[in-house]
Amino acid sequence: MQLILEKIKKYKFVFSELVKRDFKKRYKRSVLGVLWSMLAPLFQLMVMTFVFKRVFGRQMEHYTIYLFAGQLVFSYFKEATNTGMSSIISNSGIITKVNTPKYLFLISKIMAASINFLLTFIIFFVFALADKIKLTWRVVTLIYPVVCLFLLIVGAGLILSALFVFFKDIQYLYDIFTLALMYFTPIFYEVSIFEGSIALKLLNLNPLYLYIDYIRQVVLYQQIPSLTFHLMCLLYALILLRIGMGMYKKYNYMFLYYL
Amino acid sequence: MIEVNNVTVNYILGDIKDLSLKEFFIRKMKREVITREFCALKDISFHVNKGELLGIIGSNGSGKSTILKVLSGIMQPSKGSISIKGMVAPILELGAGFDGEMTVKENIFLRGALLGYQKEFILDKYGDIIEFSELKEFENVAYNKLSSGMKSKLAFALSSFVTPDVLILDEVLSVGDMAFRKKSEKRMKELFASGVTTILVSHSLNQIREMCSSVLWLEKGEKKGMGNTKEICDDYEKYMQKK
Repeated sequence: MQLILEKIKKYKFVFSELVKRDFKKRYKRSVLGVLWSMLAPLFQLMVMTFVFKRVFGRQMEHYTIYLFAGQLVFSYFKEATNTGMSSIISNSGIITKVNTPKYLFLISKIMAASINFLLTFIIFFVFALADKIKLTWRVVTLIYPVVCLFLLIVGAGLILSALFVFFKDIQYLYDIFTLALMYFTPIFYEVSIFEGSIALKLLNLNPLYLYIDYIRQVVLYQQIPSLTFHLMCLLYALILLRIGMGMYKKYNYMFLYYL
Repeated sequence: MIEVNNVTVNYILGDIKDLSLKEFFIRKMKREVITREFCALKDISFHVNKGELLGIIGSNGSGKSTILKVLSGIMQPSKGSISIKGMVAPILELGAGFDGEMTVKENIFLRGALLGYQKEFILDKYGDIIEFSELKEFENVAYNKLSSGMKSKLAFALSSFVTPDVLILDEVLSVGDMAFRKKSEKRMKELFASGVTTILVSHSLNQIREMCSSVLWLEKGEKKGMGNTKEICDDYEKYMQKK
C-alpha cells in the first residue's frame, strides 16, 4: 500500500503532464474542439432518434434518453479502448528513450477520453431535465457504474495495447469486435423484445449492458439496482483488470524489442 | 555506486516481429514459430565509483547504446543484474520526449516530468532553462516550428539543468553553434565538477581523453578492455587503424 502511495507521488506530475498533452492535442487547443467532440455524439443521437422514432416508430416514453444512455456508455468505451490500444505504439519514441512506466501512457489516453465522457454526461442530464424527467438524489449512485466502467476500460486497454505491440492487425479485428458488440448491446432496441427467451440471460454476460441498464434504471425509473447487480458490475471490471494487469506484467519488458 | 554484474542482453530477431495474429496462430499450430536471438551484450561486468566519469567506446553496433539502456532502466537484462544508487537521468537522445505540436514552454514541463522531476523543481528552474537555451521569445511557439539548431539547444539546456546522482549521456555533448557549444561545454564541466557520476558514450576520442577518468571498450557486445583512459584509447586507436 505504501509502495502504491509512493508511486503515485512519484509519477503524479508526469502523469498530469501527459494527460494535459493528450487532452490538448485532441482538441488542438480550440474551444470549438471541445465543443465539437461533444456535438458529434449529439448529432449521432439526433440521427438515431429520428431513424428509430419516426422511421421504425418506437413508441417508448423518453426514448431519446433511453438511447442517449446507451450511446453515452458505448461511445466512451469504444473511443477510450481504441485510443488506449495505440497508446504504447504512439509513444514509442519516448518509451525507447526514457524510463517511465508504460502504463502511464495508456491511462493518460484513457483519462483524456474520460474527460470527454464526463462532459457528455452533463449534457445527458440537461437532456433528461428537458425531457421532463425528475432527477432525484439517486443520480449520485451513478458514480458506481462509471467507476466500474473506467476500471473495465483500463483492463481492456492493458490487454489491447499489449496485443497491439505484437500484432498490428489487432486493430482491424477489434473494429469488427466493437461493431458486433454494438449490436449485441441494447443501445437502440428495447430489452423487452427478449422477454422470456434465453437471450435475456445472455445479456448479463455483457458488462456494457449492465452499466447502461444501471444508468437507465436510475434516471428513467428512479430505482437503484439490486446488490447482486452491483456485484456483477464490479466483477466484470475486476476480471478484465486482472487479466490486463497480468498481461502487462508478463510482457511489458518485451515491448521494447517490438517498438 | 554503479555495479554491473554479468549482464547479458538478447534481442529478439526474425520475422516474428511483424506477424499478424492470424499467422501467429497458424504457425503456432504448425509449430513453426521461430525466434532468433541476437546477443547484444555478453556477460559484461564493471563498476563505477561515485564522482567518476566513465567513457564507453567501441565501433558501431558494439552494444554501447544497449548498455546505456540497461543502466537507465529502460531495458531489462536477459541475465545478470545491475544496481545503481541515487537518481538516474538518462539523456539518450536530445529530442526524445518532445512533442512537435506543443509549445516550448509546455515541452519543458513535459520532458522535465519524463526525466523524473517534480513540478516545483521545474517551476524553479524554468527561467534558467529558457535563458540558457536563448529561446525566451519563442516560449509560446510550437516545438515543430523551431529550427533544428534551436531544438537541440532547448534539449541540451533542459537536460543540463538536471541534478541527478547519475548522468547517462549518449553522444549529446556537441550541439548548436560555436558560441553555444562553448557555453554548453562549460555547463557540462560545472555539472561534472559537482560530483555527479557520469557515463558517457562518444565517438570523439578527443572528448573521451579529455574528460573521462576511465574507459570501457566494447566490441561486438564483449568487454574488450577497461581501465586507464590513455591506455585504452591508444589500444582502441591502433585497433581501428588496423581494421
